[in-house]
Amino acid sequence: MDRIFIDIWVYLAASPLLWLTLTLAVYLVGQWLFRRSGGRALFNPVALAITLLVLLLLLTDTPYSTYFTGAQFIHFLLGPATVALAVPLYLHWERVRQLALPILAGLLVGSLTAILSAMGIAKLLGGSPRILLSLAPKSVTTPVAMGIAEKIGGLPSLTAVLVILTGVIGAVAAPALLDWLRIRDNAVKGLAIGVAAHGIGTARAMQISSLAGAFAGLAIGLNALLTALLVPLIVRLLHLTP
Amino acid sequence: MIGALAVLLTFQLVGEIAIRWSGVPVPGPVIGMLLLFLTLHWRKSLPASLRATAETLLSHLSLLFIPAGVGIVRYGALLAEEWLAVTVALVLSTLITVAVTALVMQTVIRWRRGAPRDG
Repeated sequence: MDRIFIDIWVYLAASPLLWLTLTLAVYLVGQWLFRRSGGRALFNPVALAITLLVLLLLLTDTPYSTYFTGAQFIHFLLGPATVALAVPLYLHWERVRQLALPILAGLLVGSLTAILSAMGIAKLLGGSPRILLSLAPKSVTTPVAMGIAEKIGGLPSLTAVLVILTGVIGAVAAPALLDWLRIRDNAVKGLAIGVAAHGIGTARAMQISSLAGAFAGLAIGLNALLTALLVPLIVRLLHLTP
Repeated sequence: MIGALAVLLTFQLVGEIAIRWSGVPVPGPVIGMLLLFLTLHWRKSLPASLRATAETLLSHLSLLFIPAGVGIVRYGALLAEEWLAVTVALVLSTLITVAVTALVMQTVIRWRRGAPRDG
């Protein structure tokens, strides 16, 4: 009897099917809990899904590379989903055009703040240069952040993790923070969440309104461009080396 | 839906080719987004199937970040070593960035509204 279970596990643990299915299942559970909690609680479906999957990998002693052979099919959809952000941008273009100047001002100051505050705080708390360089591009979307980290001597795959954590923090805390600051304009909310917390923040902004989602999506694209230009420049000015 | 997916993938592909050809330090999908936006803007119409597929994909955007997020499992040791600096930097920097971006944008909107020539 045990023999059969072991055989089945040996097959499942190595097949893409198991980890793909589990990723979807855990996400759906997170969504369900999020809706049950009224969508307001200090709780994020992505954070929950990641925690559960990490525990599962550790418990079953499964390497990340095995997990990723299944999960890569989901990961791949990040590309077309980024392209799809053109749709809300098209639908809300009139408002974006009217707000071009405020958008550019918020973006420029926000992008600089994201880079300098992350590096500055980590430095004050004794973070190593390797951590500082991996933190610098934390507010932009994963593929761009990894590219930047590689260029300046950070650890690209660590940067990917820091980017995701940033997104989760932004998605959980930003709506409450913006309410506390009495920001009521959904365009402003969306841009701020998108600049600070890229795609995971954008997923949250989409739940606020389609307009907030459009501005968050716009912010992802613009901040990716700007951060790719700013980070190497700042690193050179500060004479940082890994 | 398949037609719409093919459109999204085609724009991504063109974006990837464009950045490799030009050497611009931006990811291909971001260029793809820009090109699709320009195309829609120029055509002045959005096919219903493309809209539906894009909205479905975007309503599950957070799902797509899970595989990369699970990668944290490989950095347990390094993060344990520097957890304080990393945690405080991530939380504070993210909150400060949200606040600063929103306040700057809000201020510029109000300032323009208040400027006499804009009435």
